[in-house]
Amino acid sequence: MSSLTATQRLALIREKGRPTVRDYIPALFNNFLELHGDRHFGDDAAIIGGIGMFDSSPVTVIAQVKGRNLDENKHSNFSMPHPEGYRKALRLAKQAEKFHRPVICLVDTPGAFCGIEAEKRGQGEAIARNLMEFMTLKTPIISIVLGEGGSGGALALAVCDELAMLENALYSVISPRGFASILWKDASRESEAAELMKITAEDLLRFGVCEHIIEEPEGGAHIDPGLTTENIAEYISEALPRLKAVPTEELLNRRYDKFRRIGVFAEESGI
Amino acid sequence: MALEDLFKVVKDRSMADTKPKTDTKQKKPARGVEIPKGLLFKCPRCGTVVYRDEFERSRSVCTACGYHSRINYRERLEMTADKDTFEELDAGLTSLNPIDFPGYEEKIEELQKSCGMKEAVVTGVCKIHRYKCVIGIMDSNFMMASMGSVVGEKITRAFEYATEHKLPVVLFTASGGARMQEGIISLMQMAKTSGAIARHSEAGQLYVTVMTDPTTGGVTASFASLGDIIIAEPKVLIGFAGRRVIEGTIKQKLPDDFQSAEFMLENGFVDMIVERRIMRPTLSKIFRTHGYTRTEEYRGGAAK
Repeated sequence: MSSLTATQRLALIREKGRPTVRDYIPALFNNFLELHGDRHFGDDAAIIGGIGMFDSSPVTVIAQVKGRNLDENKHSNFSMPHPEGYRKALRLAKQAEKFHRPVICLVDTPGAFCGIEAEKRGQGEAIARNLMEFMTLKTPIISIVLGEGGSGGALALAVCDELAMLENALYSVISPRGFASILWKDASRESEAAELMKITAEDLLRFGVCEHIIEEPEGGAHIDPGLTTENIAEYISEALPRLKAVPTEELLNRRYDKFRRIGVFAEESGI
Repeated sequence: MALEDLFKVVKDRSMADTKPKTDTKQKKPARGVEIPKGLLFKCPRCGTVVYRDEFERSRSVCTACGYHSRINYRERLEMTADKDTFEELDAGLTSLNPIDFPGYEEKIEELQKSCGMKEAVVTGVCKIHRYKCVIGIMDSNFMMASMGSVVGEKITRAFEYATEHKLPVVLFTASGGARMQEGIISLMQMAKTSGAIARHSEAGQLYVTVMTDPTTGGVTASFASLGDIIIAEPKVLIGFAGRRVIEGTIKQKLPDDFQSAEFMLENGFVDMIVERRIMRPTLSKIFRTHGYTRTEEYRGGAAK
């Protein structure tokens, strides 16, 4: 298991050459067909959606798109989705439910985009709607955090039956930089925040947020993308049949309970 | 009084507006901090200065521009629920410190004293125009009503209670978003509350959101946006991303009405803007239209 600190992992997942969904999707899924658009406003390139085969099972894939270079990043808005991206995700998830296909979400975003147009088109509503609809979606959902899991923008694709994280991936309520700048009014304390916030895969496993850690090659996923893909495939091929075997009602109850349990508080009785 | 002193009073009062006010008429035990009642109120929206008496007579609404300012949960409860009908749920829940954030416990303790409440939301059962409902009121005086474990848990339990007892839910939302001091646990409260709302909704029950100043961040991106009917108070702030964050992204200043209730109405994200003085009859009309029946006994209207 990785002995890297949160700060080291933060640097590692921002490393140029770290594999993205553009590497993983063709390697993991056969017959992948990309499906575009939210049917309301447009098509958001920050989220790729489509259908394909994993082994012999049809699946719906919803993935946040980090670019491998500046041009790709400009095209996919540095993987910061607009509301139409989340609405496309929801449309494809509902389609998956109709055809009894499991949904596999690949999460890799610094967060939902913050801008005028995003506000006008209801970024908050789009994320909220996904949280509610994914909670009761009558088909298995697996989410895998590949690199950055940034706040509500990540959570909108991470209401699932099982959350797996690549070993060096991080998942947090806000970026460490944002945390430092808001709570301490000092963005330069980023790495101190990263350590304090408890955002590594091991931390999240302990909190019950994440169920499974997928091993990365020594030095990170980019050292051997092929091996990383194999490790992801191994996890999916174990989890998919297991979740498909659970009767729908029980699946939904378990999904509800998975999130229901999360919270740390004291309760005085008799008040 | 010298002119400078008058302005000092205005400045102090407008700042004090975000802090709890002392109400002499209140029968409940006095709150920790005593902030002397000032003469004047300065509206943070239009800058108009009015006598505080006048401002309070108009239910803390700016008499010049109609901005519905922040009020504490007691004031909200008094002006919303039928007299003596409120019964609190889950009053004993308090925060712990899941990521060992330095000074978090002390901060909570301090706020519990100064606000006279244990956490940023109060939930319970009450009657509004004799319609029984579950009510939740967020109070921005308590750490900007950010959502940590306790807020998430109380709202989840309120919906579970309402589902079990076949009751509608009214939430008065106000929040700066997820409570960062609780790390990832706070983010998960967005999913948890949304799940409970999904179940309440599937059971055919009604959920009305009333967005008050300010409704932002993770709360906008979860339960606040999921009402069957979404009401906003005039001129309040509603949005997802912080204004400064967006200004930083686009490198220009945003117009004043950006992320206002009116902006959200225009863009299709709230059903209606309703003034405080007609909130009760509006809620009552909504309950009636959804087939809820009024209870028999009536112990008088809102206290305020």
